[in-house]
Amino acid sequence: MKILVYIQQDQGNISSISLEALKGAQEISAQTGATVTAVTFNPQTSKQLTAYDISEILLIEDEALNIYNPLHFIKAMEEAVIAESPNYIMFGHSYEARDWVPRLSARMNIPFISDCIHYKMDNNLTFIRSIYQGKFNSNWVFSEGSCIVSFQSGAFRADSLKAGSASVRNVSVDLSGVANSIKPGEKFQEAEKSVDLSQAEIIVAVGRGIGKEENLQLVYDLSKALSAEIASSRPVVDSGWLEPSHQVGSSGQTVAPNLYLALGISGAIQHVVGIKGSKNIIAINKDVNAPIFEIADYGIVGDIFEIVPKLITAIQDS
Amino acid sequence: MKICVLIKQVPDKNSPLTISGDHLSLLDSNITWASNESDLYALEEALLLKEAHGGEVVVCTLGTESALQVVKDGLAKGADRGIFISDAEFNSLDILSLSKVFASAFKDERFDLILSGLQSDDHGNSQLGLLLAELLNMSHATLVMSTEIQNDKSIKVKRELESGWFQWTELDFPASLTIQSGINTPRYSSLRGIMMMKNKPIDKLTANEITTEKLIPQVKLNKIYIPEKAKETTYLDGSPDEISEKLIDIFKNEIKVLN
Repeated sequence: MKILVYIQQDQGNISSISLEALKGAQEISAQTGATVTAVTFNPQTSKQLTAYDISEILLIEDEALNIYNPLHFIKAMEEAVIAESPNYIMFGHSYEARDWVPRLSARMNIPFISDCIHYKMDNNLTFIRSIYQGKFNSNWVFSEGSCIVSFQSGAFRADSLKAGSASVRNVSVDLSGVANSIKPGEKFQEAEKSVDLSQAEIIVAVGRGIGKEENLQLVYDLSKALSAEIASSRPVVDSGWLEPSHQVGSSGQTVAPNLYLALGISGAIQHVVGIKGSKNIIAINKDVNAPIFEIADYGIVGDIFEIVPKLITAIQDS
Repeated sequence: MKICVLIKQVPDKNSPLTISGDHLSLLDSNITWASNESDLYALEEALLLKEAHGGEVVVCTLGTESALQVVKDGLAKGADRGIFISDAEFNSLDILSLSKVFASAFKDERFDLILSGLQSDDHGNSQLGLLLAELLNMSHATLVMSTEIQNDKSIKVKRELESGWFQWTELDFPASLTIQSGINTPRYSSLRGIMMMKNKPIDKLTANEITTEKLIPQVKLNKIYIPEKAKETTYLDGSPDEISEKLIDIFKNEIKVLN
C-alpha cells in the first residue's frame, strides 16, 4: 500500500496542518506497512522533510508552482498520482486544499473523503468525519482503486512526528498546457488586528444564541466584570454585530485562555477548532444537544438571559 | 448573464435529529427542514448580480420530495426558474457521483456562473462547486467574500484565506464560485414574490432525464453515531442564582480567575 501526502507551504514555511496529515500517514503506515511519500513543490520544504521517518520525498519544481494557482497545483499533483499510483492521497484540510483538491478529485475520477477528524483500522481503513455541525460522527470506507483524504486541523499532533531520514527525488512537470482562466492576485490583510485574542487569559465568547445586537450589552457587562476579552462565533460577525477581529475559529483567531466562557454558542466544528487549546471551557446553552457540551468542562443547560445577569451581580458582589 | 444557484435542503439548526435504527441515516419524520445557510448568501449574491447586470437566475436543488420547497423559496425571493432533481436512485450516491448528475442536468444550460454556499450544514463535503467546475470546464474560486464583474469575459472575486488574509482573483467566464457566509444580507421573500413564484417554471428531472455513465458510489457510509465525549462535562443545575453561585465558586477556587 502506498500513501502520498501533499505538504502545503508558503515560501518554504510548512503549514502545520500538512505535518499533522503526515503524522496521520505515519500512524496508518505503522499499522498497515504502507509506504509514505511526501510531495512538495518547494526545495527548501523538501530538505526539511528529510528529517522524518518516511519513504521518500517527491519534489516537483516549476516556476509556476512558486505561487498558489489551483490549476497549476492540480496538474502537478495529477502527474504525480499517475506516476506513483498511490492508494491514498492525503492532505491537511486547509482553506487552500479546499480550493483545489475537490477539482483534482473530479479530474482524476478519484473520490475525496474531505475534512476527516481521524481514521480507524477495522477490516478496512475507515475514515471518520464529523457531520451535522458536529452533532454526529460518521464512518466512511472506499471500495476500490484510489482515494483522496483530507484531515482537519488537530486530527493528529505534528510534534509527535517520527524522526528519520528520507531522500529527495526530483521530478519535473510540464505545465505549459494549463489554462490561464484563474489569475490569483497578491494576498493582503484588511487591517491590523484590532483585537489580539491569542494571549487573552479570560475570554467571554458569544454566539447566535445572543439573538439580537442590543443583547450584546449583557456580554459587554460580563466581560467587564471578569476583565475578559470578547470573542464570537462566525454568525455574530456575519450579522455585523461585532468586528471580524473578534471571531474565533477556522476563519478567525485561535485562542488558548485559562477560561473560555461560551454563551449561546452551538459549537460548530469551524468554531471549536479555534478553542481546543483552552484550559477551561464553560458553556451556557439552552440546547442540551449543542455540540459545545462535547468539549466543555462545565456545562449549563439554560437561558443566558436569566443566568448571565445574576452572574454579573454575583461577580460584582464577590 | 445566466446564473445558477445550488441550494441544498438541510435540517434547520434547531431541528431535533435522531439516528435511524440502521445507523445509516437520520429519521426524516421529525426533521424541520431549511435551506442551507451559506447557499442563501449565494442566492442573494446571484440576485444582486442580476439586478446590476441583467440576466437570469436559476435555482437548483437535488433531494427528496420535501426539497422542492427550497426551489420555491428561491423563486419567491426573485429567481426566475427552478430545476428540481429528485430520484430514489440518487439517494445513496457519493458527492463525486452526484456532481456527475448535476453536470448532466446542466450540460445544455451554458451557465456563465454557478454559485453555491461554501459548505452544507449536514455532510459538509465542501466539494460540489469545484467538482462541477471541473466537469463543466469552468474556472472557480472558493470562500468568495465579494464579486465584481469586470466585463463580459471575466469576474474578479475577493477570496477569504486563513487567519485574516484575503486575495483578489480574476476568473474567466464561465466560473463556479463558492460563497462565504456574511458576503451580503440575504433578503426575505415578499408577499408579491410568493404570489409570483406560483407562475414561475420548475423543471423536474429524474434519473430518466439524466444521462451519465453508470454511477457506482466509490465511497460508502458505514455508520452514523453520536461522538464519544472528548471530555467529562460536569453539568451545573439549579436556579439562575444557584448556578451563579456555583460558577463563582469555580472561578475562585478551581480556575482561579477571581480573587
